Amino acid sequence: MNNSNTTEKYKLKDGSRVAVIGGGPSGTFFSYFLLNMAERIDLKLHVDIYDSRDFSSDGPPGCNMCGGIISESLVQTLATEGIDLPPTVVQRGIESYMLHMDAGSVQIKTPTQEKRIGAIYRGAGPRGIKETQWESFDGYLLGLAKDKGAHVIKGRLEKVIWKNGLPEIQMKGGTPLTYDLLGIAAGVNTSALKLFEDLKQGYTPPKTTKTFICEYYFGRETIEKTLGNSMHTFLLDLPRLEFAAIIPKGDYVTTCMLGKDIDKDLVQAFLTRPEVKRCMPKDWKWDEYVCQCMPRMNTKGSSQPFMDRTIFIGDCAVSRLYKDGIGAAYRTAKAAVSAVVFEGVSAESFKEFSWPAYKKLEKDNKIGKIIFFAVGLIQKIPLMRRAILKMITTEQNRDDHPKRMSVVLWDMFTGSAPYRTIFFRMFHPFFLASFIWNIVSSIRIFRRRKS
Amino acid sequence: MKKKSKDSGYLGNTYKDGEYIVRQGEPGNCMYEIQGGKVVVFRSEGADEIQLAELPKGEFFGEMAIFEHGVRSASVRAVGEARVLTIDKKILLRRITQDPTLAFRILEKMSHRIRELDTEIAKLKSTV
Ligand SMILES: Cc1cc2nc3c(=O)[nH]c(=O)nc-3n(C[C@H](O)[C@H](O)[C@H](O)COP(=O)(O)OP(=O)(O)OC[C@H]3O[C@@H](n4cnc5c(N)ncnc54)[C@H](O)[C@@H]3O)c2cc1C
Repeated sequence: MNNSNTTEKYKLKDGSRVAVIGGGPSGTFFSYFLLNMAERIDLKLHVDIYDSRDFSSDGPPGCNMCGGIISESLVQTLATEGIDLPPTVVQRGIESYMLHMDAGSVQIKTPTQEKRIGAIYRGAGPRGIKETQWESFDGYLLGLAKDKGAHVIKGRLEKVIWKNGLPEIQMKGGTPLTYDLLGIAAGVNTSALKLFEDLKQGYTPPKTTKTFICEYYFGRETIEKTLGNSMHTFLLDLPRLEFAAIIPKGDYVTTCMLGKDIDKDLVQAFLTRPEVKRCMPKDWKWDEYVCQCMPRMNTKGSSQPFMDRTIFIGDCAVSRLYKDGIGAAYRTAKAAVSAVVFEGVSAESFKEFSWPAYKKLEKDNKIGKIIFFAVGLIQKIPLMRRAILKMITTEQNRDDHPKRMSVVLWDMFTGSAPYRTIFFRMFHPFFLASFIWNIVSSIRIFRRRKS
Repeated sequence: MKKKSKDSGYLGNTYKDGEYIVRQGEPGNCMYEIQGGKVVVFRSEGADEIQLAELPKGEFFGEMAIFEHGVRSASVRAVGEARVLTIDKKILLRRITQDPTLAFRILEKMSHRIRELDTEIAKLKSTV
């Protein structure tokens, strides 16, 4: 009896009030799917989304600092959910990857010959952007949540307390407001997480690392001639650099560097490498960017991203290591919604019904760390790099050839498959045999050239 | 056969007016979502073509291939220029296993189509 009373106490009812802190992908996905699911079971909820950003602004005030690649699997999943990404939001459909190494460059084409990866801007675009034909991705998602009935309110969370068993929040310059549930989707580039850590109810923010993003203005014609519809990735022997990409968008190009605490020296070392210069226009100068930032990125999730009446979603809970953070925002949002609507909003419910999906992402990241370690070793050995280049070149030039290395790298760069799948592909006997064969034949070619 | 869109921001494939997207009798391992334009679904019975439906933006087709092993039961052609996104069976089934609520919208659409079929059958029976 007591138990069922407690369960009932934590169930949302008609008129229950939900505050979502953060209007980035996780906050809007959570609000959209919460209202969608509630509608299916005739539950009427009041949802307020708070965010301090204006996604229609250019530069930092409207930007959520990200490479802006929407993975192939997320594009398909969102389409199944009824969320299409229109060409007003997608600045460029990506149809291939160019892999650049010191030994040469090779193009990896999408296995389906179809553009299913989107390059987007999170805000209106880089500082001083001249074009207005594109919409911000975050602004578009926020619009969808609004259409479902969410109220979008501009504000920055400054205070959280518990009053009569309910969370009470206060925005900067606002009055305290009580809610039945808080969805915290504030990302990791915020001081708001400290407010929840200070409550001492078990939440600890994720571990993060510093990254680097910068934007160059090239103009569409130059982009067509140089980078095209490909995302350019690099396997270079640069310590601390795990992943670097150059992504063409409308008239701009985003450069993105991920790794262990990226600093200015590493940025310069990367941007002045001949492999980078090779894919940029001739007169390009590495330090003439129009916009740049060094946001933090989630590298290890929170160990308890929930409390009674509070669920953390997206980056401030768990994410995917170095890729598909927006996909992780979607997954955590869906896992949170299922618990909220069908099971209740107690810490117990979140632990039992949302946490397993979160943990799955974290477990996969552990495998990801092993893969990045292996790739790091390969990056250091020139012979290995030559073997990779040879293997992909053969695979891409022959339609009938099994695409073992191409698929592994495609999934790694696009975020289309879990690290677990990539791991099993990498350690498949056929893959290993083929890789060893390519190493041996690279040695032979090298010796022949030398002699 | 597939034409890449000139506009850099389009996702999926663009099909010209009258171009086939799916052919009756062919094996299928994906479904499709219409991102822009319209398509027509029809069955070939001997030399005749029987139109089953015209589907606008936002609609699915080919979803039976996700849940069954059979061949395509009908053909689909673009009406005017149509932009269509392919959704892989493997990706979709894996995601549905992880999050069964992802199937709600497909079920909703299928249920809607059954409702329409019921109406059609009732109409046909009343005229016989
Ligand atoms: C360099 C870099 C490149 C990346 N590239 C990609 C990529 O190409 N593809 C991909 O899928 N992912 C990428 N990611 C990851 C991706 O950016 C994140 O995983 C994703 O943005 C997480 O979404 P979120 O909604 O959880 O957090 P965020 O996007 O950070 O959104 C949080 C929101 O909360 C708001 N907020 C914060 N504090 C408060 C407060 N106190 N009150 C009110 N509102 C508040 C913020 O204004 C913001 O709008 C990249 C990340 C980095 C750092």
